[in-house]
Amino acid sequence: MTAERFVKKPRTLTDLRADLAAGRTKATDLAAAYYERIEKLNPRLNIFLSLTKERALAQAARIDAIAAKGDPLPPLAGIPVGIKDVLVTQGAPSTAGSKILQGYRPPYDCTAVARLEAAGAVLLGKTNCDEFAMGSSNENSAYGPVRNPVDPERVPGGSSGGSAAAVASNLAVATLGTDTGGSIRQPASFCGVVGVLPTYGRVSRYGLIAFASSLDRIGPLASNVRDAATMLGVIAGHDPSDATSSPAPVPDYAAESDTPAAGLRIGVPAEYFGEGLDPEVRAAVEKGIAALEVAGCTIKPISLPHTKYAVPTYYLVATAEASANLARFDGVRYGYRSPNSATLSDMYSHSRDEGFGAEVKRRIFLGTYALSAGYYDAYYLKAQQVRRILADEFLRAFAEVDAIVTPTSPFPAFKLGEKTGDPLAMYLADIYTVTASLAGICGVSVPCGATKAGLPVGMQVLARHFGEGTAFRVARAVEAAGI
Amino acid sequence: MSFETRTKMSAKVTVEDVERVAELAHLELAPDEVGPMLRDLNAILDYVAELNELDTSNVVPLAQMGELEGGAIAALRADLVRPSLDRSAVMSQAPETDQAFFKVPKVIER
Repeated sequence: MTAERFVKKPRTLTDLRADLAAGRTKATDLAAAYYERIEKLNPRLNIFLSLTKERALAQAARIDAIAAKGDPLPPLAGIPVGIKDVLVTQGAPSTAGSKILQGYRPPYDCTAVARLEAAGAVLLGKTNCDEFAMGSSNENSAYGPVRNPVDPERVPGGSSGGSAAAVASNLAVATLGTDTGGSIRQPASFCGVVGVLPTYGRVSRYGLIAFASSLDRIGPLASNVRDAATMLGVIAGHDPSDATSSPAPVPDYAAESDTPAAGLRIGVPAEYFGEGLDPEVRAAVEKGIAALEVAGCTIKPISLPHTKYAVPTYYLVATAEASANLARFDGVRYGYRSPNSATLSDMYSHSRDEGFGAEVKRRIFLGTYALSAGYYDAYYLKAQQVRRILADEFLRAFAEVDAIVTPTSPFPAFKLGEKTGDPLAMYLADIYTVTASLAGICGVSVPCGATKAGLPVGMQVLARHFGEGTAFRVARAVEAAGI
Repeated sequence: MSFETRTKMSAKVTVEDVERVAELAHLELAPDEVGPMLRDLNAILDYVAELNELDTSNVVPLAQMGELEGGAIAALRADLVRPSLDRSAVMSQAPETDQAFFKVPKVIER
């Protein structure tokens, strides 16, 4: 119905670059056209929280000058991109979807953002998300939910809902999101775009407003696998400002994604196809698996028996780390300070009470409880032990297969308000994505057909640590099948 | 809240627990928020208690992701003094400063 109005596939990076290099398109005109579309659609979809027009147009003018001289263009020359609002941008609003950071203008740029810009990308603005990236529907944003471009009565997924919806509605060619328990992959699947969870350590997190430090990752969203691979190649690599970033060399991911998937061994874990999986999602993903077989892959049934413990493990680890990370929001150095506090202690608690939303408070509560004296062993330590079991299970599986494929989400995009009353039901939306988060491995969510009602379905392709190239090859084969 | 070490999860959060956690986390709950928080916490803790089914007595906790990746993550960097963010740029974002220090309500009562 309304889909035609909002859904539009962006042109590919390769096509746009060719046009810019040949002088058929100007980066400044391209940016202006994107801003025009944003102005038209954003009031309905609520995808962008703020725009960085001056910065974008200055960058576009630089690119036009390079093109006019006939000099070689950088890899993302003139490409309009959106940035999830949990990534800080110098002098520009960076709210993390929270009231507590309203008005904050960070004094520095996130490394991933700086790398995109150094590669020629044009930063259109900041995209909406669940507050501090905590949520699976975008309904936890203090600035109102993003609407799914496929059906505006439905959620875009979360927490990187704005970044996924921006690509789906062509309000950006590609975007950056963050993924702690599924926050890139699940919205990518709900909106029908490609989303990448890079290996833990692959992309610097410097300038990412931290939620759970042993889980948080930055990754790209794009309209096709090759563009996503190109984006990852630009942002990946060691950064002295992030001690957890890996010195492993960065391969040419776009080239790897061009390599046919034939000969790869694909594991299909029974535990991801059981109770609770929507039959239409199952049917679509099974078509994707059949397409991989046609493409020359070997399909191998496997078992990951501890999968059911992943969501409880995840919510203990993530909330414990969140309670520590969010302690920094105290009304002292940046962000909101409650005006009516006579004492320091009152100022802390009033500022946090007035600045944080309900889900953020719930998670800080759970995490603080789990870490508090007498409970640490029973909750956090236990979760870290189960986390080891889950990670080892993946490592064993990857001795026998090159990639593992599953549905990204057990169901397609749900209606706004459908799950807001029950936090536990919302947490279960992440049932297929959190295990890879806990194990530190990489993955891609790639569009894999749709339900009869036209709601997109995503297939999750998982690969071992630093196996992004393999995940891209498999995702590319699914994409090429045009399910 | 008991301070003996619990080795098993036993979900039954009380109103006193919620109040104590609120104090630890520097959060406030309005009287009408205590009930729903109690209900949500107990539901979530009941659910995570599923982990008790697993015997983890011989499992080493996984805390650092780098170890899984064959030490691919860099060792500690050299401890060198380097220029950092400009003080005035940082101070400009604080709710109250005297340009050199952050200002807060008084801490010590006379």
